[in-house]
Amino acid sequence: MVEHGDIRVVHRGGSKIDFRQPVITNDSRFLLCASGECVKVFSTSTEECIHDLQGHTDLVTGVLLRPSNHLQVYSCSIDGTVRLWDFTDGILIKTYVIGCPVYSIYASANHEGVIFIVVPMLGDKRSELFQLVAVHLPQSGDQLVESRELSAVLSNVSSNPADIAFGRGGEYIASAKGLQLKVFFFKKQKSYEFSLKEDNKKGGLNTFTCVACHPKDDCIATGHGDGKIRLWRNFNHKKEYTYSTLHWHHNAVSSLCFTPEGTNLLSGGVESVLVQWRYNQESQRDFLPRLGAAITHIAVSPDGALFCTSHSDNKITIIQSCVKVSAVIQGLVKVLRLMARTKEGESVQTDLIVDPRSKALVLNGKPGHLQFYSLQRDKLLYNLDIVQQEYIHELGLEQFEVVKAAFDASGTWLATVEERKQKSAELEVNLKLWAFDEQTQSFVLNTTISAPHEARITAMCFRQATDSQTTMLVSTSKDGHFKAWQLATPAHTEDEGPSWSCDFVGTYHGLVPECCCFSADSSLLAVSFQEVVTVWSPTSWELLTTLSQPPGAIRDLCFGRLSCSKYLLGTTAKNLLCCWNLLTCSLEWSTSMDISLLLADPLSENMAAFCCQAGCTDLFVFKPSEPRPLFSHKAVCSGTVTRAVFAPREKMLDSCEENSQWLNRSQLHFLTQYMDLMTFTTKAEDDRLMASSKQLVIDDSVAMTPFYLLLGKHRHQQQENQDPMSSLSAERTPLPQSSVAIKELLQTPAHVLPSTSFLCSMFVQSLLISVTDLSGCRENNKKAEEEMESEKEEEDSEQEMESSIVRSEQAAVSVQSAECAAPALTKAQVRELRRLKKLDHSWLAGLLDS
Amino acid sequence: MASFKPTNIPVYPKLGEKVTQDTLYWKNYKAPVQIKEFGAITNIDFSPVTPHNFAVTAFTRIHIYGPFSQEPVKTFTRFKDTAYCGRFRSDGQLLVAGCEDSVVRLFDVGGKVALRMFRGHTKAVHVTDFTSDRYQILTGSDDYTCRLWDIPNATELNVYQEHTDYIRCGITSKLNRDLFITGSYDHTLKVFDARVDKSVMSMDHGQPIESLLLYPSEGLLVSAGGRYVKVWDLLKGGQPLVSLRNHHKTVTCLALSSNGQRLLSASLDRHVKVYSTTNYKVVHNFDYAASILSLALAPDDESIVVGMTNSILSIKHRKSPEESREISGQQRRRPSYRVFVKGKNYVPKQDDYLVSKPVKQYLAKYDKQLKKFNVSKALDCALEKWIRLRNPEVPVAVIKELDRRGTLKNALAGRDEQQLSRLLSFLIGNLVDMRFAPVLVVAAEMILDIYRSILGQSPVIDRQLLRMQDLLEREIDYQKELVEVLGMLDTMFASSLPKMEVPCSSVSRSNGLSILIQV
Repeated sequence: MVEHGDIRVVHRGGSKIDFRQPVITNDSRFLLCASGECVKVFSTSTEECIHDLQGHTDLVTGVLLRPSNHLQVYSCSIDGTVRLWDFTDGILIKTYVIGCPVYSIYASANHEGVIFIVVPMLGDKRSELFQLVAVHLPQSGDQLVESRELSAVLSNVSSNPADIAFGRGGEYIASAKGLQLKVFFFKKQKSYEFSLKEDNKKGGLNTFTCVACHPKDDCIATGHGDGKIRLWRNFNHKKEYTYSTLHWHHNAVSSLCFTPEGTNLLSGGVESVLVQWRYNQESQRDFLPRLGAAITHIAVSPDGALFCTSHSDNKITIIQSCVKVSAVIQGLVKVLRLMARTKEGESVQTDLIVDPRSKALVLNGKPGHLQFYSLQRDKLLYNLDIVQQEYIHELGLEQFEVVKAAFDASGTWLATVEERKQKSAELEVNLKLWAFDEQTQSFVLNTTISAPHEARITAMCFRQATDSQTTMLVSTSKDGHFKAWQLATPAHTEDEGPSWSCDFVGTYHGLVPECCCFSADSSLLAVSFQEVVTVWSPTSWELLTTLSQPPGAIRDLCFGRLSCSKYLLGTTAKNLLCCWNLLTCSLEWSTSMDISLLLADPLSENMAAFCCQAGCTDLFVFKPSEPRPLFSHKAVCSGTVTRAVFAPREKMLDSCEENSQWLNRSQLHFLTQYMDLMTFTTKAEDDRLMASSKQLVIDDSVAMTPFYLLLGKHRHQQQENQDPMSSLSAERTPLPQSSVAIKELLQTPAHVLPSTSFLCSMFVQSLLISVTDLSGCRENNKKAEEEMESEKEEEDSEQEMESSIVRSEQAAVSVQSAECAAPALTKAQVRELRRLKKLDHSWLAGLLDS
Repeated sequence: MASFKPTNIPVYPKLGEKVTQDTLYWKNYKAPVQIKEFGAITNIDFSPVTPHNFAVTAFTRIHIYGPFSQEPVKTFTRFKDTAYCGRFRSDGQLLVAGCEDSVVRLFDVGGKVALRMFRGHTKAVHVTDFTSDRYQILTGSDDYTCRLWDIPNATELNVYQEHTDYIRCGITSKLNRDLFITGSYDHTLKVFDARVDKSVMSMDHGQPIESLLLYPSEGLLVSAGGRYVKVWDLLKGGQPLVSLRNHHKTVTCLALSSNGQRLLSASLDRHVKVYSTTNYKVVHNFDYAASILSLALAPDDESIVVGMTNSILSIKHRKSPEESREISGQQRRRPSYRVFVKGKNYVPKQDDYLVSKPVKQYLAKYDKQLKKFNVSKALDCALEKWIRLRNPEVPVAVIKELDRRGTLKNALAGRDEQQLSRLLSFLIGNLVDMRFAPVLVVAAEMILDIYRSILGQSPVIDRQLLRMQDLLEREIDYQKELVEVLGMLDTMFASSLPKMEVPCSSVSRSNGLSILIQV
């Protein structure tokens, strides 16, 4: 096969943000968290991602504020480096090469120039034993620093960052592993060990799960597997140590954190309740319940005003002093948990679907929810609560899961199937139909059908045609029936609106239907019953024909689109891809391939087939009418791909290269075994994205106001002008907002201000200057004849200059900036420059108009 | 922080009668006025002119009632024997009635004494009517004859002796003065033309005919006899159109609603059925206390008058539009509600500053307990008497929720005799309800597991458990029978199903029998 260099598989958004404890900066404006191979900087007020600190080549395992400089942050990674960043600008300052994978990072203000990291004992990646080592960071001006001088502090520690904590003032460090708590005192260079029995009388698990140290007091708090919290004191004695126990959690405590003043202790676990204990008055507790999902990490801002909790559903919640949730940063919810539970390889989750209305990707989210994820903006739009029940956070409890979802062609109807299987009781299945409400712009429950089938529903699809008056849904089930559901107008005045009811029940020789599919024009319905494909007419419910290609049960069914709509494609469990011609009712072609997933692009004739071969998945894109595949890609990822979708593009690409044409109308997204969302992009698209991302660098300090939008536009124009002059691009021109004129304009009470007509000209002028500044610089490089012209006009502008203080102020600023660019400017030159700036109003007006 | 999601109480489809436009229309009558007459009421006839008085023939009298009077405005008592079939002329001035003594009497509505007496029949006259020219009278008698009489001369014009049994119903055409139709116990109905001596059309109803009705267009004729109501197309030479069998006793009377859209039939089975005249499906049903002999509808359906064998006359008046609106209006005017909606319809002005206030979430008692994880208390709250009896779906939903939370066992355990007996009585009441069975069976099994050890300690509980056992055994027998019936039906359907070209096993619409029985 030909390798197509210009089409690549890229990771598409939705990276994990709950992997490690997030960090809130000193001024509480930013939140930093490790996310895959980069560190994300979020704004705590707007929830937007401001920077990606990119540079690591492997998973980032820890983020830590530098104790000596609160504007810098350390990050460590499996790739064996520790990097120092300036997070406000997103610049990499230094890279320390450690040489072996780093699993977590600690530092204390008392240990200047030293960081403590957890590395594998033997220095190789496979080792299960870890040690805590101190690294002296060499002072050098270089970007890349080798620092391989490691001095071991504690051996046999846990790789979980929550299990190690610095004590009061960095005097000691506490580490827990299994049933043992170690405390190491730096002054005495001595460590104490305390161990607990495996389980206590009541059968609770005593294993340590997390450690936190009081910032002002000699006290260590430890969380345990049975939900207990122990507060250890007097631990500098081998024998006379004491501990007190707090118990509220009923499952393992996953995170503990003291507030900076040490007045409160925060704890969280699978119950998804944030508990705040008063230090020394432990009977007083505050609760913040129903945070959505199990708490994995808790962090407190250095001033104690903000708390943040990471949750297992890839979410970070920012809480204002334990009373109010102020912001929620929600990533794409991963449903790995589900994959692990079903052992037979049949994943209990919905297909990837694209909402025809919002073009958002829809898939399982939080338990009992569907998440709408915008692919264009890489942002979770919202979660739709399908189950509508109080979620009980308890391990081992069977919950309702959304297992199937389908949209109709126009996006006005959503059908969902939820299931709950209990050991003792029967399977509970609900089919719910949701109507899109224009007013609230969300889906509203229309009909709930409890127990639509007697067994699990295997497939579900809507009738595609948009012009038909009646919408129809077909569901197939393991009970051997397939049912057609139709929207019925209310027959009785009592009912409020139309609701769904069963229209037809079909069977075929008592076989179990597996898949169903409507043809592009909705005139045919294909239902596969094990080895047999039956084709029905949905209008009369007549069985038109049966197609069969034994051996092997049908796994996927797909009708061709557009010019290929006469073809019906099916894959069988016995590695066969068959294509039937519906006009002749015969097999057109078949080929032997182990296809794990077959899907059709709704906007073109193309079909995509994912083949599983030797632990890798290959992709073939083909037209049913042509024997040669349009595109093939070997080994798109490891493992099998079971979920994929063609998402329509917002703007059509106009690529005419043969192998990338299939990406013109829609983009193929797929989920890997590890629930990573991947997609295919072309080179041209990448380039365009890069260009646009450069443009979109926005200074976060600027608030989004109408003024900002107005001025921001200006700035873009400037930048465009600036582009040819590379010498000036590094220089930062001050934004007009900071000018005194605008500050005055915005901050002075309205009744004191002079008339608007007067202000208007002043305001507009203040805008003009900032551009002048630029043009002034450009003027420098231009020819002398323009200067000649400007000299003539000098006298008029002189007068104007006196009248406006604002102007001169602004000019001064711009001069400063000019000086930065070229410090060798003499006073005479400056004056000339200033004069030049006054002169080209006409030129500017033209620029503004354009 | 999301708010607590209350327990979802499913709304089950209401069993029984569905509310349709027809139901609303025919239910919009006041409570009936009941008047005791002297004997069985054999005929009711409305005067065609306002104020639409109606004549009620019962025993030896004819009473004339005004539209709203509960006392007769007029009484005709000069009958020697039982009177039959008092009918108004089309101008409402004259009234004719037959009698057991074979004499036909003609009355002036204003007078008391008969204006004319027509003698000629030899047996009781059960049928009398005016022809549309208003000068002749049609009579039908038990002597198998029907006759035409001239009113001014009081003479017999013609005798028709074609029927071979009692003539018990007859009707004259409103459009043609010469046409009339009679129905007899000899199962035939005959159309006569006064201009010829013989019947022009004869139809066989199959049962003794009790009542006849002509559509206003007079193209269709409705006859009632036995349990059947049949519709005949006169324009196609008396072709039978439909045969309705919705009563289980003899149909005695027919009526047509004012707009001709609905046909009413009254029967000895004490029901009045309302049919749609487009598809002849029953759209509504009235129940009465006794067998119905006569039925009449006032013009514009203002009232329904029914006469029964127990000599009770029941008059239902239609509710006036104000009245039917008043009921809903009263509800709206309740003071507590007014306090409730105070300021609801206030439209904010442009410069109003809206202070948003968090809406307080009101939770039911059981939800409050569930929120606190007090599972036993939540179940107790849901099992309060008035909830348990009035909406059993609430306790069932709470039990289901507890089961989902995995704490149902905790909630059921540790109960004293009184609490347990309350729980058991709820189970006994609802266990075999198809809608609740899946949830309650789980709960019942758990109760048996938990309390097995203490069996025999309390006579109350033991008795209830025995009752439950009895109930379950009966239910199992019942299910067994149903499955047998299903099997029988399947074989019948299989044999009656036409062979299709494509082999295809049982294909049935969802509302087909097989689905219904599975349920």
